[in-house]
Amino acid sequence: MLNMQGRPTHVGEVATGERQTFTRNRALQMEEPLIFETGRFDVTGVDIDEPEKFTPRLGAHARKSGIGLPGLTEPETMRHYVRLSQKNYAIDAGLYPLGSCTMKHNPRLNEKMARLPGLGDIHPLQPQSTVQGALELIETMAHWLMVLTGMPAIAMSPKAGAHGEACGMMAIKAAIAARGEGATRNVVLVPDSAHGTNPATAALIGYHVRAIPAREDGTVSAEAVRDALGPDVAAIMLTNPNTCGLFEKEIVEIARAVHEAGGYFYCDGANFNAIVGKVRPGDLGIDAMHINLHKTFSTPHGGGGPGAGPVVLSQALAPFAPVPFVRRDGEKLAFVEHAEGTQSFGRMTAFHGQMGMFVRALTYAMSHGSDGLRQASEDAVLNANYIRACLADVMSQPFGDRPCMHEALFDDRWLKDSGITTLDFAKAMIDEGYHPMTMYFPLVVHGAMLIEPTESESKASLDLFIMTLRDLAMSVRDGDVARFSGAPYFAPRRRLDETRAARQPVLKWVKPVTVAEAAE
Amino acid sequence: MSTLYSKDHEYIRVDGDIGTVGISDFAQQQLGDIVFVELPGVGKALKRGEQAAVVESVKAASEVYAPVGGEVIEVNGELEGAPATVNEDPAGRGWFVKIRIADKSELAGLMDEAAYADFLKSQA
Amino acid sequence: MRYLPLTPDDRAVMLMRIGARNIDALFADVPADRLLDAPPDLPRRKSEIEVERALSRMAAKNVAAGSVPFFVGAGAYKHHIPSTVDHLIQRSEFLTSYTPYQPEISQGTLQMLFEFQTQVAALTAMDVANASMYDGSTGCAEAVLMAHRVTRRKKTVLSGGLHPHYGEVVRTISAMAADDVTTLPPDIGAGEDILAKIDDSVSCVVVQSPDVFGNLRDLRPIAETCHVHGALLIAVFNEVVSLGLVEAPGAMGADIVVGEGQSIGNGLNFGGPYVGLFATRQKYIRQMPGRLAGETLDAEGRRGFVLTLSTREQHIRREKATSNICTNSGLCALAFSIHMTMLGEKGLRQLARVNHANAVKLADLLERTPNVEVLNESFFNEFTIRVKGDAADVIERMAAQGVLGGVPVSRLLPHAGLDDLIIVASSEVNTDDDRAALAAALQGVL
Repeated sequence: MLNMQGRPTHVGEVATGERQTFTRNRALQMEEPLIFETGRFDVTGVDIDEPEKFTPRLGAHARKSGIGLPGLTEPETMRHYVRLSQKNYAIDAGLYPLGSCTMKHNPRLNEKMARLPGLGDIHPLQPQSTVQGALELIETMAHWLMVLTGMPAIAMSPKAGAHGEACGMMAIKAAIAARGEGATRNVVLVPDSAHGTNPATAALIGYHVRAIPAREDGTVSAEAVRDALGPDVAAIMLTNPNTCGLFEKEIVEIARAVHEAGGYFYCDGANFNAIVGKVRPGDLGIDAMHINLHKTFSTPHGGGGPGAGPVVLSQALAPFAPVPFVRRDGEKLAFVEHAEGTQSFGRMTAFHGQMGMFVRALTYAMSHGSDGLRQASEDAVLNANYIRACLADVMSQPFGDRPCMHEALFDDRWLKDSGITTLDFAKAMIDEGYHPMTMYFPLVVHGAMLIEPTESESKASLDLFIMTLRDLAMSVRDGDVARFSGAPYFAPRRRLDETRAARQPVLKWVKPVTVAEAAE
Repeated sequence: MSTLYSKDHEYIRVDGDIGTVGISDFAQQQLGDIVFVELPGVGKALKRGEQAAVVESVKAASEVYAPVGGEVIEVNGELEGAPATVNEDPAGRGWFVKIRIADKSELAGLMDEAAYADFLKSQA
Repeated sequence: MRYLPLTPDDRAVMLMRIGARNIDALFADVPADRLLDAPPDLPRRKSEIEVERALSRMAAKNVAAGSVPFFVGAGAYKHHIPSTVDHLIQRSEFLTSYTPYQPEISQGTLQMLFEFQTQVAALTAMDVANASMYDGSTGCAEAVLMAHRVTRRKKTVLSGGLHPHYGEVVRTISAMAADDVTTLPPDIGAGEDILAKIDDSVSCVVVQSPDVFGNLRDLRPIAETCHVHGALLIAVFNEVVSLGLVEAPGAMGADIVVGEGQSIGNGLNFGGPYVGLFATRQKYIRQMPGRLAGETLDAEGRRGFVLTLSTREQHIRREKATSNICTNSGLCALAFSIHMTMLGEKGLRQLARVNHANAVKLADLLERTPNVEVLNESFFNEFTIRVKGDAADVIERMAAQGVLGGVPVSRLLPHAGLDDLIIVASSEVNTDDDRAALAAALQGVL
């Protein structure tokens, strides 16, 4: 018998052209309202029994003001956040070449270890006898970081890179004060190419910023530093490898000049991932450097944190490190939690820093081992240079055709007169399935495009990326402006109006006024 | 009444002792869509070159310096709710502050319309 | 190495394409005498099994909060977190995305932050909240700096009920800018006369409720006096669950509210990562530190969200920025927001009532325990007891018996002469058995 039922199996005639759906959903891409628009205020997704009758001891402090928080049941919660997640790009989904952000693979073993109850479910103020393993873990992580950087001391508590910068600069300020020069040394040298956090940090702790111009080749010259040095200079803040993706080749000389002038050398370690196991910052003459565990040591970026920013310190700065720190007394480990009786500049945060990130970072470091970490740096540099070499003939490099470290920097000269900007090009990359590179940073390069592929990409993945960028570059030459100026076309949203957002800031959901209410 | 310009692209329209300060049409174009203007308090004494206001666009924040010294006698409150006015009419309704000029000899250091136009050309 | 996709052949081909004779040719700018010729002296690569073994060995030396009767608080709290929360924050698209710089492909994070901001504003009864800070203590220091920008004054007054770590963080940052800080003595009974310290030179007054000793404080008179003198009131909390039952700081006149959000959605993690909550009045939004998500429209007129007011931030203002902060605590804010969404107002109020009820039960029990005195007149889920003996010693001895009974005040304030005080916290996780174990352990060691 022939089965005459069932679905048609051929494609048939396909209508072309734009279609609108009734729901504004686009198949897997769902529009999702705010919880405030769908949640109800008498619903909860957590079953909690009412307590037995008791006499409250709140005094006169019970909440009388309303709250106004909607609730969702568990299945509704799951669906809301899964749908939201589907509007995000992620490393796990594709190449994420944000220069200086180091979007490398985040191993899931890290997550598993951070969730061991003995590491994730311990309180920072438990008796120290009950957290000896935690102290051992912090000590072990500290050891790895000190060996890899060749530095004798470390402060583990800073919560992120910028917090680490503040830590290093506060140690410098304390050391200078201890020398009796606190009143006279109040200037910090910062190159034009520095990340914005550097001048912001210097200003935060009361220093004046003196800018150092970058040289034609994108690096800082020892001569320019010498010219800017004087008895009023407390420190230099220099990123190495720098924000242009280049190793500061005169760094040893710069360090010497700064020290001779009585200043300290703060190295921004945001790009340490390029040189782990290849060169130790301690051998270059630095006094302090923060390490972004979320960059170099693969702790997840989480949509903007949490980070972690331990700071390695030279012998000169070590006495001024913040509390708390781990001290070993034979078999026993102890936290020194109070600055009294030490030269420590004090405390930067409640408790001990980002333990959850230490667990992940140590898991990553142990997995790689010193050999694997060195290989990772080499691969990161190799991948960046491969991209650079394969795009050099179609895009323009600001400092000539020369090797870079872990990120390749292009400028927008190759877009000149095309009517297409760096921003347009970036948005067209979105349509091709890529997260754009870092753009318009560093500020010293016009229309900068900073590409950091990381060591996590295979050659096949790089080749596809390169081919895509070449296709787009050809499209620029062909004058296909609309491909860029209107992009992205296929993302969950088209370009968003940032002017509108900034002119009339709407920073929270506000209950719409109904017609009846308005009439009252 | 005359309008003079600084190299930082502020203008001052002088009427007797009173100067009305704003940013030039060129400056507003360079900044793009202006989203916020921070103005000083009335009564504040400004030195020449001191920060008189901050103007923010989506992507940049720039200081507006006093082209000459003097006391702030009025600020343009309209900008608070309608910063776009600076883009629309920088020389008119988009003014920032009025100051009582302390020393009119400081005006000598500024450019007139023609000189400012030449200055812009030389910068291009 | 399992995380590195390049093969030796790939590397050779790529070097050739680049035109480099070997990998070190790409490191040519490194001074040759500083380039290492071998990996540093650290262990070699390890398999998953080996790493798990090493980490588990360290973990096994610790006593997990969930494995014992547990009453440790003072700034971080043990709560139950619904399984859904941890599942959702581990979704690739949340876990492995960056700060939402490209809003068209980051609407998930941006909408979540907008919801988070709305939740925090509602909880604190304030106009606006930011997209989170590193934690409560750093948020507190940022609030002080913000108050200085608003008032153009430099003097801070810290209540004696403020968590000592928070005070230390404020003093550390203030010392760097040579700003004046007055710290009132530890105020166990919430009886300090802080109003006497407020005059026309004061920028801000920092008061915590529930305070570090667990007392609830009326902020209204302090807010009134602050406002008479042109100063700002910064209200702090450590335990965000308290806002389900205790009057919101925004309803009592606070100008800036900062607190620790760890209790909702986030584990103890030995002190971090946590999530700082930061809220203020509409008129101060341009002086706020940290990231902000805002609503707007896309080119087709559809609602969307972007990071906004970023001209306050370091990447544009540089040395004139409101703060040097770059990252926030995104994933912890997500965990907070998911848990809060599941609770809703109804669940939060219930959770708060259970916390309070358990703490009241515990206080009743301890008041009947010999050599123990409960000091608080009012409290939420945490209070202070006086014991006959050295509190640190008592806590150690109870720990040896498998009861983690609280935080000795001397751990936070070593030279304050408060060596017989213990801060005891209790939440929904504590059972009658736990409470009985604590009372018995106290009786045993006292």
